[in-house]
Parts: sequence; C-alpha cells; structure tokens
Amino acid sequence: MAGSVLTIKDLHVAIEGKEILKGVNLEIKGGEIHAIMGPNGTGKSTLSSAIMGHPKYEVTGGSITLDGKDVLEMEVDERAQAGLFLAMQYPSEISGVTNADFLRSAINSRMEEGNEISLMKFIRKMDSKMEFLEMDLDMAQRYLNEGFSGGEKKRNEILQLMMLQPKIAILDEIDSGLDIDALKVVSKGINEMRGEDFGCLIITHYQRLLNYITPDHVHVMMQGRVVKSGGPELAQRLESEGYDWIKQELGIEDETVGQEA
Amino acid sequence: MTTEIKLPFDKEYVSSFSKDMGEPAWLTELRLNALANAENLAMPKPDKTKIDKWNFTQFEKHIVGSEDFASLNDLPEDVRNLIDLEAGDQNLYIQRNNRPTHLSVSKELQGKGVIFTDIFTAAREHSDLLQKYFMKDGVKTDEHRLTALHAALLNGGAFLYVPKNVEIAEPIQAVYIHDNKEANLFNHVLVVADDNSSVTYVENYVSTVEEANGIFNIVTEVIANANAKVQYGAVDTLAKGTTAYVNRRGVAGRDARIEWALGLMNDGNTVSENTTNLVGDGSFGDTKTVVVGRGEQTQNFTTKVIHFGKNSEGYILKHGVMKDSASSIFNGIGKIEHGATKSNAEQESRVLMLSEKARGDANPILLIDEDDVTAGHAASVGRVDPLQLYYLMSRGISQKEAERLVIHGFLAPVVNALPIEGVKRQLTAVIERKVK
Repeated sequence: MAGSVLTIKDLHVAIEGKEILKGVNLEIKGGEIHAIMGPNGTGKSTLSSAIMGHPKYEVTGGSITLDGKDVLEMEVDERAQAGLFLAMQYPSEISGVTNADFLRSAINSRMEEGNEISLMKFIRKMDSKMEFLEMDLDMAQRYLNEGFSGGEKKRNEILQLMMLQPKIAILDEIDSGLDIDALKVVSKGINEMRGEDFGCLIITHYQRLLNYITPDHVHVMMQGRVVKSGGPELAQRLESEGYDWIKQELGIEDETVGQEA
Repeated sequence: MTTEIKLPFDKEYVSSFSKDMGEPAWLTELRLNALANAENLAMPKPDKTKIDKWNFTQFEKHIVGSEDFASLNDLPEDVRNLIDLEAGDQNLYIQRNNRPTHLSVSKELQGKGVIFTDIFTAAREHSDLLQKYFMKDGVKTDEHRLTALHAALLNGGAFLYVPKNVEIAEPIQAVYIHDNKEANLFNHVLVVADDNSSVTYVENYVSTVEEANGIFNIVTEVIANANAKVQYGAVDTLAKGTTAYVNRRGVAGRDARIEWALGLMNDGNTVSENTTNLVGDGSFGDTKTVVVGRGEQTQNFTTKVIHFGKNSEGYILKHGVMKDSASSIFNGIGKIEHGATKSNAEQESRVLMLSEKARGDANPILLIDEDDVTAGHAASVGRVDPLQLYYLMSRGISQKEAERLVIHGFLAPVVNALPIEGVKRQLTAVIERKVK
C-alpha cells in the first residue's frame, strides 16, 4: 500500500504574537522527497516546528492533516506516534539518559503494552544502524546528545530516524555545520529510508545536500510563504544564480518575514 | 531566647522506663539530665526553614505495643522487598516501631567479636563500650532541645561495633518499620568502627501506613577510628504527615573514611542534617544525597563537612527533585578550620523543580579559616526545560514518560555514584514510585 500524505493548507503561525507563516500550502506524499530552500529568516524552521508542535509556536490559521487526521489536535507525542518525525536543528541535550534508553523508550511508545521490543533485538538493530552511519558504538551508552559535537548530533538525529522509521520526516537543516564526510553519511542514511512508505521534507540553505539526495520537488520560501515550486532543476538554478531572480520576478525587495512587498 | 514547653513525659516516667529496660545507671542519669535540659534548650535553627510551628514535642505515646513477625516471610511486602529472604547467614536487624523484632548475626562475625544488636540490649550487655561512645564525640545531648529530647526519650535503635582490624565485606542491614499511626520514634544508631576495620551499614526507615502524625527524632553517630572505613547507606521513606528530625553525624579519625549514601525520600516534613567531622589528619568524608520531594511537604537538608585534620578531604554531592507544592532548602557547608592545611572541600548541589508551585533553594557555603587549602562549589536551581520535554515527546514518548526520563537523568549522576549496590537498587525503585 502507498505511503501517507501530509497536507498543509493555508498555514498561519505566530511566535509571541508575531506572525511568521502567512499561508503555507504544501502536500508531501509517501515516496516523495521535497526540499524547501530559502534564505535565512523566511520561515522555514518555523514551518517544521509548527508541524511537530513546538510549544512556542502558535498556529493562528489553516490546517495540517496526516492521512486526513487533524495533526493540530494532537499532542507532540501523538504526532510522532501518528508517523511524523522532525530531525531538529538544535537537538536538546539530556543528561543522565543514555541514547539507548531513550531510543528504546521511543520505540516502545509505539508498541502495545506487553509487546515491547526485546532487548536483544533492540541492541542488534541499534548496532547495525550505528554501523551504517559510521558511528562509534559507545555512543549508545553516552547521555543523549550531551557533549556531542555538531556532526555527532546530526548523525544521532538520522540514527533516530532510521530506528523509528516514520511515515513522514522533516529534516531541519540537517546539513548545517557538517563536513563533507559527515554530509555523505547523513545523506546515505536518508537515502536508505527512501521508499514508497516514506515521505520527506528537507529544509536547507544549501544546494550541496541535494547533490547527494535528489529531491522530487523543490520549494522556495520567502516572507512566510512558498513563493516558487519546481523540480530538482530549481535547486540547481538557485545554486548558480542565487535568489535575486526570484525576488525580481515576484517584486520582492526584502525576502525576510515582516517585510511586505 | 527560648519558649517554655511542657513535655509530655516527666522524670518519674523516664526513670521508671529506663529501669524497666534494665538500663545501667549512667544511661538513666544521661536521660534525666537531658530531660531537665530539654525544657530550657532552644530548638535547632535549620538555615532558611522556619520550624517553630512544627510539632516535635507534643505526642501521646512513648511506646506502642507491636507484635513480632512469625517469620521474615510475614513481613509487609514493602519490607520484604528490602531484604534478601534467601540469604542464609545474614546480618539483619528489624525493628517494628519501638520493638526489636528480628536479629541475625552471622557466626563468622560473632566469632570475630563484632557486636550488632538493638540499643537496649547493647546498654545491658555492652554497657561500658556503649558508654564510651554514646552521645560523646558525635552528637551531644545539650546541642539543642531535640538532641536533649532524643536522649531523654530514646526508644529504639541499634549498636554496631566492629573491632580492630576486622573487615566486613557483606553489608549489615537494619530496617526500622513504622506501621502504627500512634508510634513516635526516638531512634539512635551508633556505629563504631575501631582501628583499621571496615564495614558497610545500610538502613531503611519505612512507613507501611499511608499517613500518620508521628514524631521521628532520629540520631545516628558514626565513629570511624584510625584508618577505619565506614560506608553508611540509608533510604528514608517515612509517611506523609510525619514530622522528622534526622541527624546523621560522623567522626573520622586519622586516615579514616566515612562515605554516606543517603536517599532522603520521606513524604512528611523533614529536617535532615548530615555532618562529617574530619578530625584526624588524612581523613576523608564523602556524602552523596538524593532527594525527591512531593505533595505539600517542607524539608531542609543541611550537609556539612568540617575539616579539622590536615590533608583531609570532604565531598558533598546532592541532587533533589521537587514536585507538586513541595519545598526544600539545600544547605551545603564546607568548613575548614585553622590548622587543617592541605585540605580540600568540594561540594555540588542541584535542584530541579517540576511544577510551578514547587520550591527549591540551594545554598553553597564555604567557611575557610586556613590559607593553604583547596575548595570549590557548584549549585544550581532550575525548572524542567520545556524544550527537553518537547524533544523527547517528538519521538513519541508521552509527557509523563519524558518527565520520568528527565528526573532519572537528573538524579543519575548521584545514584550511579553511590558506593553501595543495595542502596542504588532500592533508591531507583523508590524514585520510580515517587515520580510516577
């Protein structure tokens, strides 16, 4: 059976009373990889936080549904259980909780009581995914993200993605701060997830990541809206020509949120 | 200035109780002197917690009748979980309210001259030894009203004596069961480790009643003579409604070590003092404390290490979690006396508040009267980070489970470092129960 569908309609989002998203429309289906590009301050990360339910962001209008179910009605954990995943730009550090204990709790939260994953099966799965991502196996016993380098945190986000196997994943600047080797590993992880049952929204500043992960759709955000959509060739044009031609085409002077045309 | 109080028990009662227990004359006298002092002495003043409205003096019963348990298997479940029923030749004392109800001491320890018994038997059978240490160098009867009352009304406790050069590997365990709502406990534990000996003692104060108004006035003295090592573990789980004064104090001689592993998990109002006097040169004191406060309770935890000896080392590490409307003060005091050169005093206190109404305060204090020393402190008080919870929940973990993980994580650096396995295991279980 085909994958899930995440539908975002006319989404308006505010933070501390200030409107950041001003009507975003987007549909991501299982099997598709979308990339959202755009300069800083145009609302890309706000979109990802709003989808996951970050406590600081207030949805003031529009809708988000997953397979027709109202995501905005769900608590954060319910969104994850429904099949959403967000690889965060700045993952929290949690002292005293090992990576392994955390991931096991996360996996078991999706299981019926009494049907939890066995410890052996869990360890095998975690070891194999860590090897795939060229992570030091000791990281399973380290406290969650505590003292991790920027690159280790990003790999750890992808490890969680591979362990939890969500239906729709949003990757918020998964490529920022990565050297080329780490970028390749992270891309390898994401590509491994590709399939009919997996939809993905990649948020990035850089075309660089898209050299390793070919998106099916590319969108450009400015002023809190998707202002242009296209195929992979759009990303390439942005890489070579920058964003000015879009701004000219649309008559936008300042692309950041709050600067109306 | 002190307020006059009328004590519920007079000297006729105290001297006849002492006589009924067959106590030696010195102890009767110590009780009567303390009783006379109690009326005039001031209450203790735990820093930053007002306890003048707390009832430590007015109660009905000094002794409640308690039956023996037919066998260890008949112990309440909460108690059975604390002990190893399978162990054959174990060292275990169980007291039910005021009544000594079980004692086993292994043949091996008896053969080595180790004394482990209830405090009344100790007074009768080891009078001279008890007298040598009882409320002498550790806690004194005239420190304040509560130590005086404690001595006057002593109604339970245990005595452990480890002779010179005897090293005991297995922990020695004591369980003080509180299962009668009318019970009040003036419990005294005296642990003496003579030169070059080593011992681990683990105790539980456990209420099996949900709620009670009992008064608990508990004093522990640990005397570690030259080059002795004492590990002292305690998990307190007294019921809601109880009022507790718990004073655990150690005196370390030359090159002696005292290590405390304390889980202070009472559900009632509690003043808990833990002091280590590093008297001898080269002595070592280490206190690790874990606290979970919940409900409406008010607590004060004062941990103090006082350096008298040269080259003495003192470490304080305590982490506390406050839930609901619980409020707590964490005082950490490292004091280096003049002459205690090359000493090192380190402390760390951290408090995590889980709700808007919970209160926590950490006061790190270093008092240093000597130049040639090292010292350090760290303290933090904060609320649970909503972004941590968001992160965990974004992986499907429920809010409750996320909070549970954060709390365990917060306490883990202390729990994992506890020197006694049994205490670690018990504490993990108690924390689990309290944070649910």
